[in-house]
Amino acid sequence: MATTPADTRSVRVDKKIPYVLILPGMLFLFVFFIVPLITLFKISLSTKPNPLLAEYEFTWEWGNFTTAFDDFGGQLGRSFFYAGVATVLCILIAYPIAYFIAFKAGTYRNVVLGLVMVPFFTSFLLRTIAWQSLLNDSGPVLSFIEAISLDGFLGNIGLLEDGRILNTDTAVIGGLTYNFLPFMLLPIYVSLEKIDPRLVEAASDLYAPFASAFRRVILPLSLPGVFAGTLLTFIPATGDFINARFLGNPNTSVIGNVVQSQFLSRNDYPTAAAISFVLMAIITTAVVIYAAMLGTEDIA
Amino acid sequence: MSASHAGRRPWGTYVLYVVTALGMVYLFIPLLTIARFTFNQPSSNYNTSWNEFTTDNWRNAFEASDYRDAFVESIKVAIIACGLATILGALVAIALTRYKMRGGAWINFLLVLPLTTPEIVLGASTFTLFFNQGVRFGFWTIVAAHTMFCLSFVALTVKARIRGLDWSLEDAAADLGSPPLRTFAKVTLPLVTPGIAAAFMLSVSLSIDDYIITSFVAGQVSTFPREIWDSYIREVVPQIQVFTTIIMLVVISVLVVSTLAGKRRRAQGL
Repeated sequence: MATTPADTRSVRVDKKIPYVLILPGMLFLFVFFIVPLITLFKISLSTKPNPLLAEYEFTWEWGNFTTAFDDFGGQLGRSFFYAGVATVLCILIAYPIAYFIAFKAGTYRNVVLGLVMVPFFTSFLLRTIAWQSLLNDSGPVLSFIEAISLDGFLGNIGLLEDGRILNTDTAVIGGLTYNFLPFMLLPIYVSLEKIDPRLVEAASDLYAPFASAFRRVILPLSLPGVFAGTLLTFIPATGDFINARFLGNPNTSVIGNVVQSQFLSRNDYPTAAAISFVLMAIITTAVVIYAAMLGTEDIA
Repeated sequence: MSASHAGRRPWGTYVLYVVTALGMVYLFIPLLTIARFTFNQPSSNYNTSWNEFTTDNWRNAFEASDYRDAFVESIKVAIIACGLATILGALVAIALTRYKMRGGAWINFLLVLPLTTPEIVLGASTFTLFFNQGVRFGFWTIVAAHTMFCLSFVALTVKARIRGLDWSLEDAAADLGSPPLRTFAKVTLPLVTPGIAAAFMLSVSLSIDDYIITSFVAGQVSTFPREIWDSYIREVVPQIQVFTTIIMLVVISVLVVSTLAGKRRRAQGL
């Protein structure tokens, strides 16, 4: 935590106050977040004596984890592939927009920022269904691609399948990119907005070309925002199965579909719990590697 | 500062403008598509391909009673869950920003964790908690789950917003003999209220929109996203698009009005 001069007088106030303030919130998170995670972990090591019943017994059954990899490796791989590509696309699209809002929008800054937030207030499912009408075989996107004769080329590089976009990997990745774009944009904007414009000015006064001013001043200062945006995009995207359902096909099923159906229709809690922890373990590893690569520790 | 650069590298600036414009088009095309389909007379059960213009959907907006009830349910959940999450989360944020305390880093870590856990895992784990305790799935289990993920969100948002505030007013109150609790109620709270209100609004949008976690803990209760998902096997009715368009219009009007009000205040030199 940052130490401000004002902190010096906090010795005067009752030392118990901050603990009283955080207690109810922390208690709530403990009961409804920590305890459930521990329970879920215990279930991932349980067996299911009767396949027809939901009941399970705790038996240190590590085999559920093997099942998670053996039976659902395809869905796991696909989830991370979709989320990874979507995250990279989000950075590429969000960064210039965030840069524009932070440095070029002038008096319209808050308006543009507000506009970027509008999708937040529209139903996630309906936005995805809207992409379905845009991407379907008679929809405007495909007509446009055919009108400018790009369909052959896009088919050759595998972005279209049999001349279709809907129900392909492309559509699922496009939907994920769209739905998580604001989550990437806002943290990048926040980190860019903090940059003192005089730093950039100083760089150009010293005859640094824009490219090197960007690479040496702006980019490093905005990396915490890119990191936060990546977490807010990549992690929910790996667990998302809404885009895969509305925009994909049965061959694009992702790990989220599996967990949901194991829980809610097949009542196989131990396998689903093991899959959840495999997902978390891979995400945590990926995030730690990514943080080390960017050299940032400031998450929140 | 930007003007001086624009002269030197105009093409870079133009590229930036074009990319931003295309990005905004990308963001708004699906939203405009939703709005457009509220004026469509669907030719099948699925209002996803254009047939012909009508205003019937707006006139019958509240006649699709399943969707209307689910929508009301979602709003009830959001208000209770986000109200609770905002109170608990804002207190945590204030404690972390304003006071020196041991274990602050751990509390931060605990707050970030729910946001960096996939929703599918949050849904699965809260499901097991309620299942093990024999709690009946329904309205209150949804509220508990939503409060959980909104709490972290509110705490971190409020923390970011109030970090840079001027706290010398608190010192002034204390110097004038105001006891800590009174200072908190009369000085601290008014200072942090705008940030808290913004966090509440954003968490409401998260709660109303949540499908994945809700699907695990909802039992027989249908929220708006759940109703859309479950009925998708038979229909996409235009009324759901009308509902979401109404929310969109309200948000845009609030944005426009507050911008205009801000401009006028500035013009009057206030």
